[in-house]
Amino acid sequence: MSGIGENLEKLCVALIRLAVTRLPPDVESALRDAWRRETSETARRQFEAMFKAIEVSGRELIPICQDTGLMTFHVKVGKDYPLRLELPEILRKAVSRATLEVPLRPNAVDPISRKNTGDNTGRLVPWLDLELVEGDSLELTVVPKGFGSEMMARLRCVPAAEGFEAVKRFIISSVLEAGGKPCPPIVLGVGMGGVAETAMRLAKRAIARPVRERHPEERISELEEELLEAINETGIGAMGLGGRTTALDVHVEYAHTHTVGTPVALVFQCWCARRASAIIEPDGSAVCTSHPGVDLWRFT
Amino acid sequence: MEVHLKTPLKEDEVRSLRVGDTVYLSGVVVTARDRAHRRLVELAESGRRPPVDLNGLAIYHCGPLAVEEDGGWRIVSAGPTTSMRMEPLESSVIETFGVRMIVGKGGMGDRTSEALKDFGAVYCSLTGGVGSLVASSIRKVVDVHWLDLGVPEAMWVLEVEELGPMIVSMDSHGGNLYKDVLSEASRRVREFLGA
Repeated sequence: MSGIGENLEKLCVALIRLAVTRLPPDVESALRDAWRRETSETARRQFEAMFKAIEVSGRELIPICQDTGLMTFHVKVGKDYPLRLELPEILRKAVSRATLEVPLRPNAVDPISRKNTGDNTGRLVPWLDLELVEGDSLELTVVPKGFGSEMMARLRCVPAAEGFEAVKRFIISSVLEAGGKPCPPIVLGVGMGGVAETAMRLAKRAIARPVRERHPEERISELEEELLEAINETGIGAMGLGGRTTALDVHVEYAHTHTVGTPVALVFQCWCARRASAIIEPDGSAVCTSHPGVDLWRFT
Repeated sequence: MEVHLKTPLKEDEVRSLRVGDTVYLSGVVVTARDRAHRRLVELAESGRRPPVDLNGLAIYHCGPLAVEEDGGWRIVSAGPTTSMRMEPLESSVIETFGVRMIVGKGGMGDRTSEALKDFGAVYCSLTGGVGSLVASSIRKVVDVHWLDLGVPEAMWVLEVEELGPMIVSMDSHGGNLYKDVLSEASRRVREFLGA
């Protein structure tokens, strides 16, 4: 492989290691704020255990959660970035290497035989969400997706005749149904509109947005605030043991859709809302955007 | 109340625990998740014993991240997994093998709750996702059985020191914290939705 390909593979391994061992500062500070606001002693204990795990992982560079998930990548590739067709293979190799080197728990299995591939890769694993953009750089985000929360993902095509209130009902009742299972406080990703696949893809992009970054459109950011308040009103709390914070944030992304109805997709992200992003230039230099100031080469 | 317990656990010890108590556990915990539970129940049904005597021990719903090095095993990260998947099988495991504590996350259902009452055991919640914290309380990998099920599904016999904090969320008197939280949440959601 070319030098630039090898360089990129190393950077991907570093991003994966960073993602599973250190939470982005926006997530950690949202958890700390939730802990400060918390009045339930049981919930406070949950936050304190989280902070201890974060501390142990930061010190020893080991995964915070043993479910290091299935690797998913959000990739924005500049039209003049030198590697395009080679990207999926480079990312696959990086995941396989990271499994050994970090290490990660081997989670990828065949859906019928349940046979484990052993290195977290397989047919369409890792999963890539690719966008072609202007410029010559590559913007890469890795989201290791644990399955305690992923098992709670939902899709419902809501008929227009039921009104927008039905969309809200679907969202709130799904959070209630999930209870403590997705390891709250969660980040809830909501994708609305398009065809079914659009909605799910938008929900996935929504959980990759930094916590407490609002949607640029006011009506959407107001909807995010309204849903967040309603979810926290449930009192489900940290780990479902009762408390004031059930969600750290709600992120909504939307697309126009068909006159008949609206596909609505929900993706739950656990409190351990892992992600790591970098902008990589054609010369191999990289800036970590999810964890400002982190030198990625220290994580290779 | 905060209590520090050691295995083997005695019936009166666990019967004195109530929902909301904080527990730190030292001694031996044995991991078992979906497939190990199925195998335990097969053994129970055919009157055979598991490779480790579970009497007075804690079963931990966990699929660890473990690596083999220098001829031994090291547990890298080992947080709890969702307990509800084991609901159809747990009561039989508690009844047959004398398990006194179940450790997991998310809580369990009525069948397990009945078994906790009938046979004297508790369910403790460990914070989900804190795999590195749990790993730091593991003193020794005593043994591993059933590796044919794969590393996460195998039965790991672990010596732990001050594993916790854990919250007693289902006790031997019918108390279930998750149920209380969810029924209050349902009431509030109905209010919000105006239904």
